[in-house]
Amino acid sequence: MTAVSVKNVWKEYDGRIVLEQVSLEVEPHSFIALVGPSGCGKSTFLRMLLSAEMPTKGDILVEGERLPGEPTADRGVVFQRYSVFPHLTVLENVVLGKEFAASPFLGKLFGKAKKQAREEAAEILTAVGLGDFLNLYPSQLSGGMQQRLAIAQALIKRPKILLLDEPFGALDPGIRAEIHVLMLKLWRETKMTVFMVTHDLSEAFHLGTRVIAFDRPRNRPEERERYGATITHDLAVWPPKYPVSDTHIASGGTTRLLDELEALPGRPGVGH
Amino acid sequence: MDTAAGGRPAVMRRRMINVYPTRGVALFLAALPFLLLLLAYLAGSAARLADNPDDKLLPSFASIGAGFARMAFEADPRTGDVLLWVDTAASLARLLAGLAIATVMAGVFGIAIGLVPYVRTTFNGFVAVIAMIPPLAILPILFIIFGLGETSKVALIVIGVAPVVMRDMILRVDEMPRELMVKAQTLGASTWQIALRVVVPQMMPRLIDSVRLSLCSAWLFLIAAEAIASQSGLGYRIFLLRRYLAMDTILPYVAWITLLAFALDFALRRLQRKAFPWFAGRA
Repeated sequence: MTAVSVKNVWKEYDGRIVLEQVSLEVEPHSFIALVGPSGCGKSTFLRMLLSAEMPTKGDILVEGERLPGEPTADRGVVFQRYSVFPHLTVLENVVLGKEFAASPFLGKLFGKAKKQAREEAAEILTAVGLGDFLNLYPSQLSGGMQQRLAIAQALIKRPKILLLDEPFGALDPGIRAEIHVLMLKLWRETKMTVFMVTHDLSEAFHLGTRVIAFDRPRNRPEERERYGATITHDLAVWPPKYPVSDTHIASGGTTRLLDELEALPGRPGVGH
Repeated sequence: MDTAAGGRPAVMRRRMINVYPTRGVALFLAALPFLLLLLAYLAGSAARLADNPDDKLLPSFASIGAGFARMAFEADPRTGDVLLWVDTAASLARLLAGLAIATVMAGVFGIAIGLVPYVRTTFNGFVAVIAMIPPLAILPILFIIFGLGETSKVALIVIGVAPVVMRDMILRVDEMPRELMVKAQTLGASTWQIALRVVVPQMMPRLIDSVRLSLCSAWLFLIAAEAIASQSGLGYRIFLLRRYLAMDTILPYVAWITLLAFALDFALRRLQRKAFPWFAGRA
């Protein structure tokens, strides 16, 4: 149950403004879907939440505390690719998080502690549907299974915030639907606050409690250098998914959602 | 393909890039260049020997065989040693010692430079410059500092091989997806733990590849050092025999060195496949 507060964040690269005036208040246990055209800075925003990059200006607060300057174990992540370690088996990939915490020098557990960690990891892997594949290497898994593994690997650290960078973008539709069900279940059970970058609007509305669109309000070629993207739409998703607080529904509501949906660029049948 | 009419698919002419030899043909084709070389040698040797039975340049296979047997199975009248084995042992000891030291150095420093920005800033340029020194150019310096014994020969191999492998390691660490580094940090790993559990295991098979590629230069440095100052070793022997134009012994020695190099390469490849099964199977 973690609140996140983004206060007037800017991001520049060598004087080129990528993001500007990004402010956002996120309630605990939200599922925030970040959408927008390519190059609008939504992945940059996610990487700042991860501390893989720093805002040029502004602050990001988690439960009132400023983010540390590097990635930490309370924020898990799943990338579209390269999320799991190719040299470790499925089980070892998940146990790894436990070993880092318990064994500072060797980063490896032995004996009883090892057995315990492996049991816990196997439990989580069974929950994401990989119980029968514990001893395979990631290269032997399909794309969907690799993403399940990446999720399990992040979950063993019990992160307060889970960051997903187009996690299901490369999966085919059937697999994607299955993994959506899993993701919603895990989100409900773990009470994590989730941020997910996606290109897929229907996915955004299906999973998110709130959909945030980034775009460049000024996008003429001569403006692009000096004006960044910012949040252009902030939609509460109806019907609310358990357990979104009442205030959120009151402030959002159906009419606002529908109005703003009309305004979204190129919406392909948002059918959820 | 119309199979209804004659019960056979229509013959189609495929592009050359899609035509593969069958197993037997493949075997024959692979052996063909070797056979041609052998035939060319036999023809040349026979022609020269017909002209002059004492010709030393292209000895017959019989005299090559005799030369090899003399070196491999008969004790040298002067020292009482069977020279081929003594030479092989001396050379392999130098080569393996040099390679081992070079590999460990390259692995440790390469990974440290690739992973830690402060180490990189300090040593990256230095390594790049050192790697450019032609190792043979400093062989005299090594002889002066370490004397003419084993140390200078091993040192030459280390100096010749380590910087190249090290630079390759730095590049390979660079190549690791950023995502994996971030992921390891979100799992709570320290720099040391990332090095130990993520980077080193992923670099090991690549280190083996890199060493395999530098085997050839390791042999070059070994033979050069032995040729210049040594009392034993395969390189020493062939340069000594050169004075007597003893092609009947030099040729089998060269073949023997090639065989050793090939065997070493093969062993490393097997080791890689056995010890790092995930590496061969990666997408």
